[in-house]
Formats: sequence, structure tokens, C-alpha cells
Amino acid sequence: MAHPAQKQDPLEARLAAHAMPEGAAWAREAREDALSRLRAMGGLPGKRDEYWKFTDPTTLNLPEPPRAQCFATDESAPFSEIDRLRIVFVDGVFDAEASDDLALEGVEIERLSDAQARDIHWARDAYGVLETRGQTPVARAHAALNTALAQDGVVIRVTGRPSKPINLTYLHKSEVSDAILHHLVKVEPGAEVTILENGPAAARFSKVMEVEVADDARFHHIRLQGRDHERRAATHMFARLGARSSYKSFTMTVNGVLTRNEQVVEFTGNEAIAHIAGAALGDGKDAPFHHDDTVFVTHDATDCESRQVFKKVVRNGAEGVFQGKILVKKDAQRTDGYQLSQALLLDDNASFQAKPELEIYADDVQCSHGSTTGAIDEEALFYLRSRGVPEDEATDLLVLAFLAEAIDEIEDESLRADILTRLQAWLDRHRG
Amino acid sequence: MLEIKNLHVSLEEEDKAILKGVDLTVEAGKVHAIMGPNGSGKSTLSYVLSGRDGYVVTDGSVALKGEDLLEMEPEERAAAGLFLAFQYPVEIPGVGNMTFLRTAVNAQRKARGQEEMSATDFLKEIRAKAKELKIDAEMLKRPVNVGFSGGEKKRNEILQMAMLEPAMCILDETDSGLDVDAMKLVADGVNALRSEGRGFLVITHYQRLLNHIKPDVVHIMSDGRIVKSGGPELALEVEENGYADILAEVA
Repeated sequence: MAHPAQKQDPLEARLAAHAMPEGAAWAREAREDALSRLRAMGGLPGKRDEYWKFTDPTTLNLPEPPRAQCFATDESAPFSEIDRLRIVFVDGVFDAEASDDLALEGVEIERLSDAQARDIHWARDAYGVLETRGQTPVARAHAALNTALAQDGVVIRVTGRPSKPINLTYLHKSEVSDAILHHLVKVEPGAEVTILENGPAAARFSKVMEVEVADDARFHHIRLQGRDHERRAATHMFARLGARSSYKSFTMTVNGVLTRNEQVVEFTGNEAIAHIAGAALGDGKDAPFHHDDTVFVTHDATDCESRQVFKKVVRNGAEGVFQGKILVKKDAQRTDGYQLSQALLLDDNASFQAKPELEIYADDVQCSHGSTTGAIDEEALFYLRSRGVPEDEATDLLVLAFLAEAIDEIEDESLRADILTRLQAWLDRHRG
Repeated sequence: MLEIKNLHVSLEEEDKAILKGVDLTVEAGKVHAIMGPNGSGKSTLSYVLSGRDGYVVTDGSVALKGEDLLEMEPEERAAAGLFLAFQYPVEIPGVGNMTFLRTAVNAQRKARGQEEMSATDFLKEIRAKAKELKIDAEMLKRPVNVGFSGGEKKRNEILQMAMLEPAMCILDETDSGLDVDAMKLVADGVNALRSEGRGFLVITHYQRLLNHIKPDVVHIMSDGRIVKSGGPELALEVEENGYADILAEVA
């Protein structure tokens, strides 16, 4: 007999809207496991959930996404000046024609559905594994939901040093699209890869990327999220880092009625480094803007360095959120942990809420965190104007200066220049 | 060049009169100095001229080359040819000194309907001018005034002045915090800019800067007014006898 309460349960309603894709027995099992996990944690998060205190999950839970208009632009595509291997998804579905040939020396790339159709595949030991690890101590229901329902994605195994970055582009063409993508990235010992992501993706976008970085391997990640004002996204990156490995991730976000970006990084090998940075710009004038960065770094190895730098510039009712935690386990001696979250409020209507946390059990560590909220420095603004720089241009200079510490985390000079150009263009479009 | 007539200024927040009828005309090609005790209103005059917030002009007028200065925004005053060398130059983390100056130079040129300066021409010019002021390339790359010593900050002000080529230069206590060598460097920089078409207003508490930048006219300011004007010898009189004698004499 059907339980009357089930009708109200957002999880069951959501599940009814998506079919679980077919696959080999192991894939089916991994998806069913994720579903059990999700049910065991009590389903999708509610407004009273502590971890969703600053971001309302309601529209992420709905069976169908609210409509999101597709925005036309004549701006060149991000990264178009760079030689890259392009993999295109349209509203969350792989588009082979728009994508490049997936063959590239030093890396094996396959569509998730192809990998999951095979009985024997490396993805079998990876799909949902890091997501599962990331569920404690804090539940991440939307990540488990993603593992259960993912409609598409790519699995990337890096064995060498591919000559160019892999660019995942997410095009948004349908106003009602509900995209669920799940990617696996496995960087083998000593290998190195750069993953670029861009595009508004869908009306609602759920994305999980599980990243295994083996000993002495390096992973670079640059992501541009943006444009379409009404889009919603809940994204997760789960990373596990081997000895002497390196994980560097930078995200720039502009526009978006709701973005929740979670990064869960775990050090399991000694002497590894993780740099996680983000810059977000929101102007509530055209549409509401809400951006949430939620980061959880676990040090479970010695001599590792983690660095979080998150900056937000908001105005006209735009909202920024930062939740960041550094957990240093008992044996993670000589950990160097740094966390900075700052917001620049361009007017009195914008807001920023931050919850920085440190939890340290080792005794020989260096950890610091800082969180600030401020307005434009009036003295600096006057100084610039007194030299002839008009007020809006002077404000732009100060905004870019504020973001510089996050943007400087991008190592590649041409990528950094490209992102600065786009930032400037955004500022030009949002004057006053 | 600069014509100040009966200028009355109050603080915006506490309705307190600071300038109580300043009359002053600086001609092109001349260097005028304003001296006066602390609290006489010297720095307020420089802030009001540059367009800083927090002051209310209750009476009087200021014209720069015949144009009403008080009607203009700070950036318009700069484009019209006014330059204030700050007593306390502001540190701007994250904005490179070179980027800042190039933005300023080109913004002014644009406002005046001139073509923007090319990156190469700009670099050539700034290198030459920085060299004269003994400002090394490293300092140009650093964020504006961040980590600069007192002397470096003041030299940076003069470098900006040299690059922007203003018609009317106001120097607010440029000698404060400088040792003799640094003061000489700054003064040499200023003297190099002296020309027929350019006016200077040098605000200083001490006479020593005027040994290096020789003024044509010296004014003594007290309690928001100019109480006495004269030639360079007036500065020497202050140096020898202090302000008290002069102020007693005009009281």
C-alpha cells in the first residue's frame, strides 16, 4: 500500500522524474548503492538542514527545474584562443559532432555510458567511491543523487602528459533542461592534466567530478561558470591526493540565480598540495544572484599544504556564501593550512555570509583562516579619481585588485589574461 | 591660472567653518607658497581644490583657467589640469603602479579628446622620468605605494605629476617625512617641471623646502584666511622668528 507521506517526499518525486540509466551489473549496483546512501541520510536537504543554512535547496530538490532563459552573446567562447581538446555537452547530453576526436596521447577519454556498459573497466573501482568517502562527516545528498541518476559524463584516465588541456563545454539550449553529469578523472602516478570547464549547462545542472590524483601526479582545473541569469547549479568535486601530488582548482562565477559549488579534498599521501580558489561576481539588478562556495579539506597525511582563496563581489541584493573547513587529523603533522574568504559589497543591499571552520587534532601544524566583508576603499577611490580616472573605471580597478589574489592562483598566464578580459567585460556590462 | 575668491568652507559633518574667506591668485609660470601654523586650513584648501568629499563650500568661487572648478568631479578637475601631490599618498594593494599611471594618463587624454598613449610610448616616457627621480623599475611594478618608504611615496607623487603634466600643481606638505637628500630629489623633480605655462602652489609648514623650490610669492595663512603676502623674504622671516610675531603684527 502506498504511504500517503511519500507524495510529499521531495526525493521520491525527484526520482520519479528520472530513469536510472542502464549499464553493466557493477554500474547498476553503484547507482543502487548511491540511492540507499541517499535514503539512509534522510533524503534531500531541507531548509532547516544546518549545512544549507545560507542557501535554500528547494529549487534543487523540485522534480522539474524552474525555467531558465538561454542568454545570447556575441562574446567569443571561453578558452577559444587556446589549443584544447573540446568535449561538448548540450543540456547535459554529449554532442559527438560538436566535440573533438577523443583520442589524445597520454590520456584515455570515454563517455561514461560506454565505460559503464562494459563488465571490466577501471571506472568500476572509481565510480561513486570518492563521493561515498565525501559523505562523512557531512552528508551531501545532491552528490549521492547525482551518482544514482547521472545521465552522461566522461571518464578520463591520464597516463602521461597530454599536449593540451581537456575542455568540457556545457551548452544550454533548452529553458527546461535538467542536466545530471558525472565525470571521473584518474591521474596516474607522475601524470599531469589540465581540465577546463565552461558554460551555463542547463536550466538546472547537477555535476559531480571525482578526481583521483596518484602519487607525484598533477591536476589543474579552471572553470568558468556563468552567463545565464536564471540557471541553477549544484556541483561537487571530490578529490583524493596521493603523495607529492598537486591539485589546483580555480572557478570564476558570474550571474546565476543559484550556484552551490562544493569541493571535498582529502590528503592521503604525504607532501601533497591543494590550492582551491574562486572568484564570483554578482549583480542582482537583472536577476537574483546567489553563490555558495562550500569547501571541506581533510588532512590525513603529513607535510601537506592546503590553500583556499575565495573572493566575491556583490551588489544590488546579490548574495555570497562561504562555508569552509579544514580538518587536520591526529597524525597529519606539519600541515600547512590556509583559508581566506572575502567579500566586497558594492552597496548596502548586497550580503555575504561566511562560516570558516578549523578542526585540528595534530599538535604540530600551521593553520590560519580569515574572513572579511568590506566596501570599496573611499580613500583609494578618491586618490584614483584625483589622478583623472573616472569613478566607474576607478571602481573597476579596485574590484580587479580585490579579486587579484584569487586570480593569481591561475598559473597559466594566457588563461589568466583571458579570464581578466572576461572579468573586465562583465564589469563594463554592469556599470553603476 | 588659479583664481580663488572669498572662499568659505565648512566641514560637512559638524558645521564647523575652516576656511573663512580665502583670496588667492596663482599666475601661470609662478610658484606661490602657503605657510602657516597647524590647523590654519592649509591642507583643507588643497582638499577642497581637489574635490574631496566631506567639505561644503558656503561662499566664494574657484576658477581654473577661467572654468568653475567647484562644479567639477575630481576626475574632471584632473583632466582640466589640476594636480594635488598628497601629504599622505594612498596605498592601493593589487593595483600595479604602472597600470595605475597608464590608466590615469589615458583617462585624462580621453577626457581632453586626445588620442590614448601607446604602451610603447608610455613605457619609454615613464622609464626616462622614473630614472630622473631615482625610481627603479621594481618600484614601478609594485602595487601603488604599498611598502614604499615615506621618501618613495613622495617621489612617486612627483613621478605622477611629471607623467600627467598638469597646468596647476598643488603640493601639500610634500616635505613632511623627508630627509635632506630625499627633499632635494623631490625639489629637483618639481623644479624640472617649472615652466611658463604652469602654476604651482606649495603648501608647507617649514621654510626649508622653499630653499630648494624658490617661490615667487609667499602667503601666510592663519585661521582660515591669508593674513599676509610677500616675497621669498617672508618665508625667511618665519624661519627666524616663527609664526607668532607675524600673526601678532597682523592681528
